[in-house]
Amino acid sequence: MLKYVAKRVILGIVTIWAVATLTFFLMNMVPGGPFLSEKAISPQATAALEAKYGLDKPLMQRYVTYMTDALHGDFGDSLKQRGRTVMSIIKMKFPVSARVGGISVLVALCLGVPLGCMAALKRGKFLDSLISVVSTCGIAVPSFVVCTLLMYVLGVNLKLLPTMGLRSWQHYIMPVIALSFYPTAYIMRLMRSSMLDVLGQDYMRTAKAKGVSGFWILFKHAMRNAILPVVTYVGPMLAYTVTGSFVVEKIFVIPGLGGEFIGAIGGRDYTLIMGTTIFLATLIIIMNVIVDIIYKIVDPRIKLK
Amino acid sequence: MKKRVVSLLLAATMVFGLTACGGSDAPATDSAPAEESTDAAGDDAAADDTADAAGEETDAAAAPATGEKILSVQVGPDPETIDPALNSAVDGGNMLLHSFECLLAVDEEGKLIPGQAESWETSEDGLTWTFTLRDGLKWSDGSDLTANDFVYSWKRVCDPMVAAPYAETVLGMVAGFNEAVAGDLDALQVEATDDKTLVVTLTSPCSYFGSLAAFATLSPVQQATVEANGDAWATAAETYISNGPFYVSEWVPGSHILMSKNPNYWNADAIKLDGIKWNLIEDAGASYGAYQTGEVLMIKDVPTEEIPSLEGNGEFFVDPIIGTYYLSLNTQKEPFDNPLVRKALSLAIDREYVANTLMQGTYSPASNFMGPGWIDTDGSQFIDNANGGQPYIDTTNYEANLEEAKALLEEAGYPGGEGFPSITYSTNDAGYHKVVAEYLQQAWAELGIDLSVEIVEWASFTPMRRNGDYESSRNGWVGDYSDPSNMLDLLYSTNGNNDGKFSNAEYDAAMELSRTTLDAAERSEALHTAEDILMEEAGCIPVAYYNDFWLQSPKITGSWHSPYGYWYFMYADITDGDGAADAAADVEADVDAAVDEAAEEDTAE
Repeated sequence: MLKYVAKRVILGIVTIWAVATLTFFLMNMVPGGPFLSEKAISPQATAALEAKYGLDKPLMQRYVTYMTDALHGDFGDSLKQRGRTVMSIIKMKFPVSARVGGISVLVALCLGVPLGCMAALKRGKFLDSLISVVSTCGIAVPSFVVCTLLMYVLGVNLKLLPTMGLRSWQHYIMPVIALSFYPTAYIMRLMRSSMLDVLGQDYMRTAKAKGVSGFWILFKHAMRNAILPVVTYVGPMLAYTVTGSFVVEKIFVIPGLGGEFIGAIGGRDYTLIMGTTIFLATLIIIMNVIVDIIYKIVDPRIKLK
Repeated sequence: MKKRVVSLLLAATMVFGLTACGGSDAPATDSAPAEESTDAAGDDAAADDTADAAGEETDAAAAPATGEKILSVQVGPDPETIDPALNSAVDGGNMLLHSFECLLAVDEEGKLIPGQAESWETSEDGLTWTFTLRDGLKWSDGSDLTANDFVYSWKRVCDPMVAAPYAETVLGMVAGFNEAVAGDLDALQVEATDDKTLVVTLTSPCSYFGSLAAFATLSPVQQATVEANGDAWATAAETYISNGPFYVSEWVPGSHILMSKNPNYWNADAIKLDGIKWNLIEDAGASYGAYQTGEVLMIKDVPTEEIPSLEGNGEFFVDPIIGTYYLSLNTQKEPFDNPLVRKALSLAIDREYVANTLMQGTYSPASNFMGPGWIDTDGSQFIDNANGGQPYIDTTNYEANLEEAKALLEEAGYPGGEGFPSITYSTNDAGYHKVVAEYLQQAWAELGIDLSVEIVEWASFTPMRRNGDYESSRNGWVGDYSDPSNMLDLLYSTNGNNDGKFSNAEYDAAMELSRTTLDAAERSEALHTAEDILMEEAGCIPVAYYNDFWLQSPKITGSWHSPYGYWYFMYADITDGDGAADAAADVEADVDAAVDEAAEEDTAE
């Protein structure tokens, strides 16, 4: 097990390096640069800026410098948000996104798993159809529509909830609904189909024949196997959700990390692009390792090599 | 059995652990951010911001309860910087205007008035400007502000390590500027002869240097805080020392900037608000929602789809700013090297339709290059004296213009568009750019010209246009100060913003004369000559004048909007005393009523 984890960590580091390298060269191939504005700034000022941030050096040299600094934990200064370091931006904004995203994932799990099971158990009944309709909506409706609808109905028209910021628990309600809508729907579908699959297995029939009560069959035998696909999905989904959503953060004015991913690319803020990309890649890899370990725990038949 | 319990426990902790960062922190908001601020404090500049983020929970919520008058507004998303030397954006400028004060200031009528300087004079040759500061000026931290602070700040603007984007615009005419930007800062001829007197020596006369002395880039910054904190001084409330009517007391990036009244400001008695909360909202829909719920009393970003329903609403304002939406034609490429072609393309545009219908009245049709708000050398409106008081293009008579355009195109050798190559129009997709592009396809088709539209992402579009990698493209300029040279300079042959590469010896000569002459009438004439040439040659195609349009509650009194695109809230007040809280409910009702009314009118039509 330990050996396996060590192997995965090494592989993870290699992956991060590959992602970083690819991103570095790709972003530099895209036209434009961080010091653009509608009004041209003087060539003198542009040159001074480039010299200040080392952008006047050849690409390979910049790559080596960046990687060396990054290895030492220095991700540089943001090129657009003058005076802030990339680390300080992530440190400041990630906790906000993580809080909203974490709650959303919890909600998605708490709703998605039981509802999915129920749909499977009541297969073909009204409840199943209802859950199917809801989960199809959840997957098909884009989040900006959900956000706008929520804001219009609950915020502006009924005035039940505040529309911007994160000052109290009420502020969390709309963003959490918007963020958890899709994963809840997805988890419900996953849970339903894998549960149906498991319910048809021989060992279920054996358990039933042996007189195990309905409750225990469901929780001890069925759930444990049926939840595996959900675990696979939740790992990377969690990484994406806790790093924030561009749309949800914009609409509900949440100072999270989601906006930085898009903003950095649009503004060609090279160091911030690198920082956020490496951060997200690292999170996804960590989640995947954790998922593998959970697999092993949930299903002892799986051998980790 | 044991194994099972362990695995269940593990699974449970995993699931919980994964979500704990969110789940457990949420109710315990007090403790969580406090922790963050302590671990950040040791090593980086974010410490203060993080602490600020923690403060958000209490401060912002507590403000209305204590009866403080905090004006809540929205003028744009997070500013990239609020360092006066580094800022080049209008929304950042708006915040600088409230937290800093320059030597001079601009009043509601657009006239220069004393700011930190109580008086100023110019030598007869126009080369020496002497500013005398007020007595007892102080920084927001209570320490004394002297003429030496201006000397330091102005030299800092030239510092190549600071790389201020506006350095040349605001100090290019000061003696020693070239040496200063090369690194020898002390060469800049800005001198404090005593604590209250600042003497500036220019290389050539600059009649509008007074406007520059009121320009936010030349705000004083405190040497001690800048040197102690580097670029980060302008990212945290604690180190952001200013000298204006307000100081920044909190900045939560992506959320808000809170400014509090500066008791050390010389005119603090005239300031009625206790603070201003700048809500950093990027999404227009979100802004509109916040306005409707009354959380924000003024929003700059109004969703364009709401504009038809807001017409006639007393809370919806449209006010000109100095700037023009124009088209650049690459004059180095055929067929745009022919002035007749350029003029034909210009005249084929129905500007009334573009501004009033396509742009929903948020722009005004442009008959000239220089619109309203630019000030002539005698203080009158530049546009009133242009072309003998007549518009260059009669925007109300599109039919006649189109006929003339067809005639011009024929004269150019393309009768009915025959033989005219297929051309491309490049633009990024924001605001009305795409709508205008589609309209141009239709408008130029009237001349028999086939136009294809190319939509390019902004960050790629800007360098592409600058490098001349285009045939025709959208362009625009909003003035930095109201002297006409600020925009007419754009078409000077070697100007960095001359994207159309327009090059005309007479035009350049007129602009040069305007720079050197000391005679106001001669200077005015030179500037008007330049515009005459530009319009005759169609060096670019002005389409519409910019306006700002915004929603503002009647609860706000004493604020004004300037043609530079700034809102002045420093002398504003909130009328019903208790601030936003109950103002909100009424405003909302008003808006609802107005919106309903508008909707009814619409259906009635």
